[in-house]
Amino acid sequence: MNNRKPIIKVENLVKKFGDFVANDHLSFEVYEGEIFGFLGANGAGKTTAIRILCGLSFPTSGKLEIAGFDVYTQREQIKRNIGYMSQKFSLYEDLNIRENIQFYAGIYGLPVADIRNKTEELIGELGLSSIANSVVRDIPPGWRQKVAFSVAIFHNPKIVFLDEPTGGVDPVTRRQFWEQIYQAAARGITVFVTTHYMDEAEYCERVSIMADGRIEALDTPENLKRKYNAGSMEDVFLKIARG
Amino acid sequence: METIEIHQATKSYGETKAVNRASFVIPENKLFGLIGPDGAGKTTLFRMITTLLLPDEGHVKVFGYDTRKDYRQIRLFTGYMPGRFSLYPDLTVQENLNFYATIFGTTIKQHYHLIEPIYSLLEPYKNRLARNLSGGMKQKLALSCAMIHNPRLLVLDEPTTGVDAVSRKEFWDTLQQLGNSGMTILVSTPYMDEAVRCESVALMQDGVIMLSGKPGEILKNYRGTLLEITSANRFELLQLLRSMQEVKSAYLFGQYIHATMVSEKSNAGWLQEHLSQHGIKDAKISAIQAHFEDCFINAVENIQMEKKYE
Repeated sequence: MNNRKPIIKVENLVKKFGDFVANDHLSFEVYEGEIFGFLGANGAGKTTAIRILCGLSFPTSGKLEIAGFDVYTQREQIKRNIGYMSQKFSLYEDLNIRENIQFYAGIYGLPVADIRNKTEELIGELGLSSIANSVVRDIPPGWRQKVAFSVAIFHNPKIVFLDEPTGGVDPVTRRQFWEQIYQAAARGITVFVTTHYMDEAEYCERVSIMADGRIEALDTPENLKRKYNAGSMEDVFLKIARG
Repeated sequence: METIEIHQATKSYGETKAVNRASFVIPENKLFGLIGPDGAGKTTLFRMITTLLLPDEGHVKVFGYDTRKDYRQIRLFTGYMPGRFSLYPDLTVQENLNFYATIFGTTIKQHYHLIEPIYSLLEPYKNRLARNLSGGMKQKLALSCAMIHNPRLLVLDEPTTGVDAVSRKEFWDTLQQLGNSGMTILVSTPYMDEAVRCESVALMQDGVIMLSGKPGEILKNYRGTLLEITSANRFELLQLLRSMQEVKSAYLFGQYIHATMVSEKSNAGWLQEHLSQHGIKDAKISAIQAHFEDCFINAVENIQMEKKYE
């Protein structure tokens, strides 16, 4: 692990809203190809930090490098080199699957001929040929998640940010989704993921747990369980987040 | 004891059967959980129970009252908290609560003891507009409003969705306390692990009620030998298990893999030897009782099998 190359470098990230400190001196690194779990209770400051890492919001202070780019001066380069998917919004409901894929590919500036070929390739891989022309509103939520994830990594980003990607998804699809995540990581894509399912924390290589704007713990699930003398990540989480 | 009786209830939206011939019974004074993923039909079913939707076919009876004929009576003794925050954002905390109390012909004072454990946390903010509350506070206010008239039936649509593990645990503790006060409480959730907090549950997917009953019994009735396995390389192990004829299904469960075996003969000892032959020497294997997700996955698989043979 130690000779792996960091792809996200965060040093003393502080973000204030007025008097409120949402991120209080966060420091961590995420390695290339790693599956990194970013956990914390609601209101702990996760979303604030993710928005900064994605180049959508400026930090108050701190030094951050995402995929080799600076968050203050190279935000457009950051956006080109990352993918993003959230449970709440990922696909346009009134576009069909094919149109959604083509739309996102176009936004990321892929050449037109490539888009056409790769779109059909992806539809084939996902086994969605029969419903590729259905508008997203009409397809089952589980399939939507799979398409959304594929779209998020379609432009082969260095990092993909997944914000609660499996909320409300049925137990079989949830597990298939994690197999998709592993495949992406095996291709070298770094996966930065948040979740409220504590069993999913076990699927991450390393996990950080935030409470009140600070990172209270960061280690492999194995080491965290040992350190907190807990049987599962759920127990670890309950111990830390409750303080 | 009176019950909520759902009999062959069906509700379609165009071609989609949101609820498909659902039949089950919810006993009174129980904490009941409707468990299923997004799109299963949970909200449609709850709207039928609360008289907000009528079934296309079949009927729903709440404590003897028919939702078609007697909806006025049912609404008087029902409290409903929808999944989306639907209080008045431009009224204050106290104004919202007062409004709901007045609609039901009561006062905050009369039933204050009921909401006290939840509402007391909100009281310091009672003059704040509802739109300016945090997610957790909005939920506490919505729950207070739903039960300010001391309803006989309290229906909560996905109160814990998107809520972190700590707050979810606290919310269920609150529900269990409320359950002791004699209310019948219906809760829907996509989190399968919450099923064990209920006294009675139904599992739903694609509009169909797959299983219903006491959670303990559903867990006990899991058919097939279930083994829990760990190894350093979980994904390699998972692929290997799936390639074996003796394994009916294999899924990740956190740090473990759960494998349902085809027959009792393929037990832990047998699997240990078999995995060892395939180069996995570090596997730790034990026979376990099913978790709720095992039961859910199993029920889905059984329905798919039935469909194949139809």
